[in-house]
Amino acid sequence: MAELTKKGLGGFLARQGILVAFAVFMIAFAVANPRFIDIDNVFGVIRSSAILGVMALGVTFVVIGGNLDLSVGSMMSFSTIVVLDLHDKIGPTLAIPSMFAMTLALGAFIGILVGYLKLNSLIVTLGMLSAIHGLTLTYSGGKNMDIADKSGTWFSVFGQGSVAGVPMPILIFAGLAILLSIILSRTPFGRKVYAVGGNGLAATFSGIPRARVVFMTYLMSSFCVATAGLIQASRSLGSQNTVGQGMELEVLAAVILGGASLLGGAGTIFKTVIGVLILGFIQNGLLLLGLAFYAQYVVTWIIIILAVWLDIAAKRGGLWSRIA
Amino acid sequence: MTDQTPALRLEGIVKTFPGVRALDGVSFTVMPGEVHALMGENGAGKSTLMKVLGGILTPNEGQIFIEEQPTIMSSPMNAKAKGVVFIHQELSLADELSVAENIFLGELPKKSFGRVDWQRLYDETDAILKTLNVGFDARTRVGDLSIANQQMVEIARALTVEPRAVIFDEPTASLTDAEKVVLFEVIADLQSRGVGVIYISHRMEEIFKITDRISVLRDGQYRGTLNTAETNEEEVTQLMIGRTLDLSRNESTHEMGEVALEVRGLSCGDLFQDVSFSVRRGEVVGFYGLVGAGRTEIAETLFGLREPSAGTIHLAGEEVSIHSPADAIKRGISLVPEDRKGQGLILGMNCRDNMTLPQVSDLTAGPFVSDGAEVAIFDQYRDKLDIRTPGWRQMVGNLSGGNQQKIVIGKWLSMRPEVLIVDEPTRGIDVGSKSEIHNLIRELAAQGYAVIVISSEMPEVLHVSDRIVAMFSGRVMREFTAEEVTEDSLIQAISGIASDKVA
Amino acid sequence: MKNETRANLIKQGAIWAFIVVELAFFSIAGEFLSVTETAFMDFDNMLLLLKQSAPIGIIALGMTIIMINGNIDLSVGATFALAAIVLLDSMTWPFMQNLGNWAIPLAWLFALATGVVLGAINGLIVWKTGVDAFIVTLGSMLGYRGLVFMYNGEQPTSHLNWTLVDFAEAQFLGLHTATWFLLGAALLLWLLMIRTVHGRNAYAIGNNRDAAVNAGIRVGPHFLWNFMLIGFLAALSAVVFYSESGSVNPNDGMLYELWAITAVVLGGTKLSGGYGSIISTLGGVIAIQLLRKGLGHIGADTETVNLVIGLILIAVLFLDRQLNRKGKEELRT
Repeated sequence: MAELTKKGLGGFLARQGILVAFAVFMIAFAVANPRFIDIDNVFGVIRSSAILGVMALGVTFVVIGGNLDLSVGSMMSFSTIVVLDLHDKIGPTLAIPSMFAMTLALGAFIGILVGYLKLNSLIVTLGMLSAIHGLTLTYSGGKNMDIADKSGTWFSVFGQGSVAGVPMPILIFAGLAILLSIILSRTPFGRKVYAVGGNGLAATFSGIPRARVVFMTYLMSSFCVATAGLIQASRSLGSQNTVGQGMELEVLAAVILGGASLLGGAGTIFKTVIGVLILGFIQNGLLLLGLAFYAQYVVTWIIIILAVWLDIAAKRGGLWSRIA
Repeated sequence: MTDQTPALRLEGIVKTFPGVRALDGVSFTVMPGEVHALMGENGAGKSTLMKVLGGILTPNEGQIFIEEQPTIMSSPMNAKAKGVVFIHQELSLADELSVAENIFLGELPKKSFGRVDWQRLYDETDAILKTLNVGFDARTRVGDLSIANQQMVEIARALTVEPRAVIFDEPTASLTDAEKVVLFEVIADLQSRGVGVIYISHRMEEIFKITDRISVLRDGQYRGTLNTAETNEEEVTQLMIGRTLDLSRNESTHEMGEVALEVRGLSCGDLFQDVSFSVRRGEVVGFYGLVGAGRTEIAETLFGLREPSAGTIHLAGEEVSIHSPADAIKRGISLVPEDRKGQGLILGMNCRDNMTLPQVSDLTAGPFVSDGAEVAIFDQYRDKLDIRTPGWRQMVGNLSGGNQQKIVIGKWLSMRPEVLIVDEPTRGIDVGSKSEIHNLIRELAAQGYAVIVISSEMPEVLHVSDRIVAMFSGRVMREFTAEEVTEDSLIQAISGIASDKVA
Repeated sequence: MKNETRANLIKQGAIWAFIVVELAFFSIAGEFLSVTETAFMDFDNMLLLLKQSAPIGIIALGMTIIMINGNIDLSVGATFALAAIVLLDSMTWPFMQNLGNWAIPLAWLFALATGVVLGAINGLIVWKTGVDAFIVTLGSMLGYRGLVFMYNGEQPTSHLNWTLVDFAEAQFLGLHTATWFLLGAALLLWLLMIRTVHGRNAYAIGNNRDAAVNAGIRVGPHFLWNFMLIGFLAALSAVVFYSESGSVNPNDGMLYELWAITAVVLGGTKLSGGYGSIISTLGGVIAIQLLRKGLGHIGADTETVNLVIGLILIAVLFLDRQLNRKGKEELRT
């Protein structure tokens, strides 16, 4: 029991390791290149991370609830394509709520399958990854989607606008992060998400409607995806069908980097935000150091493995696994 | 027997885990051809000792001798090669594989290119199975076998080598009486071949039936060895718990109120049929029976976790139908489940959050959970139940079994139920906490709760209940009042032997 | 016990029954809807189908073993791409060009070795750190893909060697080279899983890891070997495919891991490990390819393929669950 109640520096490192790593990393890069912490640069990084970040907020709920969501990438493509298409057909005022409704419907469908029908979330969302991709292609006929009058629409405000010098995507990301953080940490619903993910059977035996809670996490995830799609569409005002392809795994990487356990029951919105920022700043920092853009993937790989490894090493009290 | 070389001898075994001295200088000896019982309360160190013997754990100090040769067991395979075989309590079989593959798991006979020598595998397996006299063959998929036959597969594993000592850990936990007979025959056979058998069990009647000597552990220390023929249950118990067990009935009686819960003809598929009983306020009704008799399933049905196929449930005289735990909670039924860690608690959550979980939706200030209200509830029940924890922020997984159980009980008491169902309240809990929890159950009844206690331990049922319902194979065999019940009649009832006075 | 064997047969036969249904459906529907005059069940068409199944198929065979072993590998797509780059690029190296056609087996060797090394890295990390294979390979999926991009930026890597193309396009006994590789790999891996100690131990580990450990089976080396095997197979798949096409884009192989997993799950392999069959996975691979071709045949947009496969995957999961339900008495959780 002694090793479980960690005290002192070691315990602090084990608990807040990701924060410490983030701080060390930021300082090192800042020393190497002062432009790194330039306010424009920082805003630039956060803005370009915002889409991934908004999606990661929703997936955090799903993962804490003990499930996976691999469908967010293709769902984001869907939202982007739909809102761009509807923009010219029914105008932005109606297009946005319509897109949200359609994306939430997809989220609800997954929620029913995983929550109420209790199907394995990995396979269901894998299937939905493919299915939604097909849906998007069918919807668009495989063609890129563009807004006809790119300069004359207020729709660009979500991706390109800014308030008091702060870019709109950052404001949306920050606002949503604060809202969801409060929901997760302060409301009965948030507590239930932790309970269902921590031990689903015990949650059931405590009278918590597990199916409904899981359903809600997917609904929240799809809401975040719709928001991300809105930012994406508004920023570029035109899009390919595959704009979100592959993002599901980057999103998951950010969530895991933030310390959410894939087994469920652990993680916070704050830590996910840190995970997203680490990914964003690594990419930026490596670029500023003159490394190839794609080196970030390799660095991300190493960081993810190290983060999870050190986390479980602290829990088992030894660096190496006991696998024979 | 004393002139022989011991099959196995342990000397001064010490095993420590961080913060715990699980084994503290344990020594004992097993002779060839003897059945040696190892007894002790949960947590006394039996499992740790056996894991040391089986090569799963390495001791910090001490020496193991096989036929007086000092030996180091580095792994389960190593132990087995030296003739010490461990038959696990929880079956450790791969159910998708064949019987033969399971028996020779880790040591499949090989041909060239790493191919399995199936012919040899099946021949050798069938030869072993023949000595066990079982009704299945080497090619059967293990998942298709009954639990008892799976146990036989476990035992067959011991026979792939020429064993010197075989360790049985609670082998009868899930066997029927007929299956037990077969098991005892196998043990007798091993005995006659000069194998030393170590037999771990809680069941006194088995211990006295088949063993030659009994060694007792308490708190990781060796407490002595008794010759079975020269001792009795009281002496063994005293050695195990360090004092005589209070086997007395509860004497405290108090006024009983209205009927709180009545069940009429309740059935649920094959699980239980035609169950009727009632519980009054202030009354403790004990449900006693073997594992699988349907007791837990009744509790789960009352708690809305199973759909009854027939029958009615009445609360305070009113017929109700319960479709979910939320329903049950709303109507004032609470269930302290059987599996504390699997069903009762979220181990990674703190004490307070675990305790307030069922009512977290109601403990709000505006849209938010009210910290103050939660802490107040936790403090109240921490004091009331004497839960020992450094504070509410402590993870429940870090508490002792007894304190964990009190958190679960506190969780349901704080819901102020009409009917409290407690399933195996003291499983895996040390002796001290056990009697505390028994007293608590009596107190709750005295305060007017209607309490149902489900237990597999006869002393527990006898101790806490005002009335006892004996179950066998999904049916209520008989109901006893605390005055009329005797151990004999109770055992008969739960074994399916109908007495003259069938209920 | 008779019933059990029958249930088992039904389980293993399900994917083949599904294939027959697909064939029947597309043949009949094709009569009315087909955009071409040829019948769906045309022999050449079927041969082509097998050939087209090969790249994902070979990977899916390896994924079956990984999943039977109780792990998962998300990095196969990236491994596939990196092996392909090594294959094509190595043939342009000066010393290789001096070797003439002897460069081909050497290039193959380099590509296959790349796959084995990448697999070994995954396997070693899973073994030594104890981090879940899902996370490990999620990370290396990003990492290996990064290596792919670092090799040549976003430019395609190309090298066309006509001897190689001739070999890849050859047909022996009517079957294409790629098909031979798929069937050969399937046969060998089937024997590996059914007949060898390594294969049986892989089942045991996935089925009940504690039991395997207690029985003295060394889990770590099995993980390592199996990850090296899937790395090898991903590279083999690249060798087969790019020998013919001669050009690799840095994005090639993306989502292959998901297709492979889909095929494996359709074939009935348990996600939790310990149960599954190489042959059924082959069925899963063929079923998916049939669906692709069939939908094209009846004039559906190729886009709908993704939609249909995704929904079928979910439907299979749902059916499997319904078949395994214990009826009304089951605990409502």
